[in-house]
Amino acid sequence: MSAATDHIIVQSSRASRAASIVALLLLAILVAAPWWAGRADLRLFGEIYLYVALACLWNFLAGYAGLVSVGQQAFVGFGGYCLFGMAMFLGIHPMATIPFIFVLGALISVPVAVLIFRLRGAYFAIGTWVIAEVFRLTAAQISALGGGSGTSIPVDIIRSIAASRSGREHAAYWAALAVAILVIACVYLFLRSRQGLALQAIRDNETAAQAMGIDIWRTKFFVYVVTAGLTSAVGALIFLQKLRISPDAAFSVNDWTAFVIFIVVIGGIGTIEGPIVGTIVFFLLRETLADLGSAYLLILGVVAIVVMLRAPSGLWGFVKSRTGLELFPTTRRVVPKHKD
Amino acid sequence: MDWVNAVLQGVLLGGLYALFAAGLSLIFGVMRLVNIAHGDFIVLAAFLGLVVTTTLGMHPLAALAIVVPFMALLGYVLQRCILNQTLGNDILPPLLVTFGLSVIIQNGLLEIFTANPQKLSAGALETASIPLGGGLNAGVLPILTFAAAVAIIAFLQWIFYRTSLGRAFRAVSDNQDIAQLMGLNKSHIFGLAMALSMAVIAIAGIFLAVRTSFDPSVGPARLIFGFEAVIIGGLGNLWGTLIGGIILGVSQNIGAQINPGWQLLAGHIAFLIVLAVRPRGLFPRVDG
Repeated sequence: MSAATDHIIVQSSRASRAASIVALLLLAILVAAPWWAGRADLRLFGEIYLYVALACLWNFLAGYAGLVSVGQQAFVGFGGYCLFGMAMFLGIHPMATIPFIFVLGALISVPVAVLIFRLRGAYFAIGTWVIAEVFRLTAAQISALGGGSGTSIPVDIIRSIAASRSGREHAAYWAALAVAILVIACVYLFLRSRQGLALQAIRDNETAAQAMGIDIWRTKFFVYVVTAGLTSAVGALIFLQKLRISPDAAFSVNDWTAFVIFIVVIGGIGTIEGPIVGTIVFFLLRETLADLGSAYLLILGVVAIVVMLRAPSGLWGFVKSRTGLELFPTTRRVVPKHKD
Repeated sequence: MDWVNAVLQGVLLGGLYALFAAGLSLIFGVMRLVNIAHGDFIVLAAFLGLVVTTTLGMHPLAALAIVVPFMALLGYVLQRCILNQTLGNDILPPLLVTFGLSVIIQNGLLEIFTANPQKLSAGALETASIPLGGGLNAGVLPILTFAAAVAIIAFLQWIFYRTSLGRAFRAVSDNQDIAQLMGLNKSHIFGLAMALSMAVIAIAGIFLAVRTSFDPSVGPARLIFGFEAVIIGGLGNLWGTLIGGIILGVSQNIGAQINPGWQLLAGHIAFLIVLAVRPRGLFPRVDG
C-alpha cells in the first residue's frame, strides 16, 4: 500500500517545537523566581502551580477518561493528613514523605475505585463525593491529629525543612513547581503513549474502542489510581504550605473540586493546555474580584455555566478550533513523508 | 429501649430522606438527569418558606401553598431555558451546569440571608409527640413528614402509571426520539418532570426547615442523603427509595447511638455496603 510508505504519523509540529523552547525558557525563569520575586508573589506562584497540578489531574480524569469526579478533595485531604501524620508520628522529613504519599494515595484508591466504578455517569460523580465525606468524617475521628478542629505542624518539624524562613519558602516554592511539572509531564507522556491512545479512543467511542480490544475498565482504573496518587501528593504540598490542617479545610469540596472544575471548564476540557490557561484566568479573576467575597463565587458559577452552554470546549478549545494550535501535541496526524 | 427508640426515630427520619430522594429519582427516571443542585434547591425552598412565613405571618405548612407552585414554576422555566440545552449523550454538560447552579444558589443565599442558621417556627407542632407506651414517644412532626413522604410517593406512582402525563414520562424515558415522533414535545415533558420534582423539593425543604435549623451551606449534604436513598432502594423504584431512606435513617440513628460522631459515617457505610453487595440497589427497576 502506497499510503503506508508515503505517509507517516506525526504528533509534534513546528508550533509545538517552538513552544517547547519557550516553555524551557519560561521554566528557567520560574525556577529562578526566588531571586527576583517578592515573598507574597512566591506564595501566590506556589498556589498557582498546585492548582495547575490539580486542574491537570481532574482534566485527565474527566476530560480524557470520562470519569467525572466531584470527590477529588478526598485525595487532597488524604495527602495532607498523611503528611501531618508521617511528619509528626514517624519523624519523616516532610519533603521525604511525598513519594510515600503518592504510593499511599494510589493504594487507598484501589478499593475506592472497585466500589464506585459500579456507579455510572452522574451517579459516579456523587459516589465520589460520598467517599470524600467518608474520608472527612473519618479524619474528624482521629483525635491524635486534632479531631474535628484539626492541628498545626509543630515548630521543630517546620524548622527541619530549612533553617531560615526564606529557605523554607523557597523549598515549598520549588516543590510546588516540581510537582506541577511532574503532573503535566506524566499526563502528556501518558497521552502520547499506546495506553494514552487507547484512553482517547475510549473517550471518542467506547463501543468502538471495546471492539478494538481495549480493556475499558482496566484503562480507566489505571487512570483513576494514578490520578489519586498524584492528587494526594499535591494535597500534601498544599498543606505543607498552609502548615495547618482541619477536616473541613482538607476535604473542602469548594476549594479542591468546584474551583478546579471551573478552571478546567473555562480553560478547555480535554486538552492539556486548557487547565493551565484556566488556572491563569482563575487567578487573574481572583486577584481582581476577591474583594467581592461570595459574589465572586457567584460570578464564577455564572461564567462556568455560560462557557459550558455556549463554548463547551473552553478558551483553549476556541483557540485550537481556530488555529489547530497544540502546544502539547497529543493528536496524531497523517502527513506526507517528505514534508513535515 | 434506647435501641428500639433509635430504630423508630430512624424510620421516621427515613421519611424525610425519602422526600429528599423522590424528586431526584423522578427526574433521573424521566430524563437521566442528575441534578447536583438538588440539595441547594431544597435549601432555597426552605429560605422561601422563611420569607413567606415571616412576611405574611403564615404557618409553615400553610406556606406550602405559595412555595410549592413557585418552585414548580421555577423548575419548569429552568428546565426549558437551561437544562434542556445540556441533555444529550455527553454526561458532562448537565453535571457541570447543575454544579454551577449549586454554587450560584449557595452564594446567592449567602449574600441575601448571611451564614446565620435559620429555622421555621411551627409553634406547638414542633414539640408535640404521641406516647407509644414503654417510654417510647414519636414526634408529631416526624410522623407527619413520614406520612407526607408516603403520600407523595403514592401520588407520583399514580401519576406515572395511571395518567396520560405519566405515560408521556415513561415514553420519553424509554425512547426520546420515538416519543417525539408520536407527537410528544419532549422539552415540555421534561419541563413538567422538573416542575414536579421541584414541587417535591419544596415540600422537602419546608419539612427540613421546621425540623432543624438550616443555613446556605447545608444543601450538598441533603443531595448526598437523597442520592444514597435512591441507590440503596434501587434506581427508578420510588417505593424502593422510601425503603432506602428508612435504611439510611435507621443506620444513622444506630451509629449515633453507639457514638455521636459516627452518625453520618454509619449512614455512608450502610450505603457503601449496599453498593458492594448489591450494586444495582435492593429493588432496581431501570438501568443507570
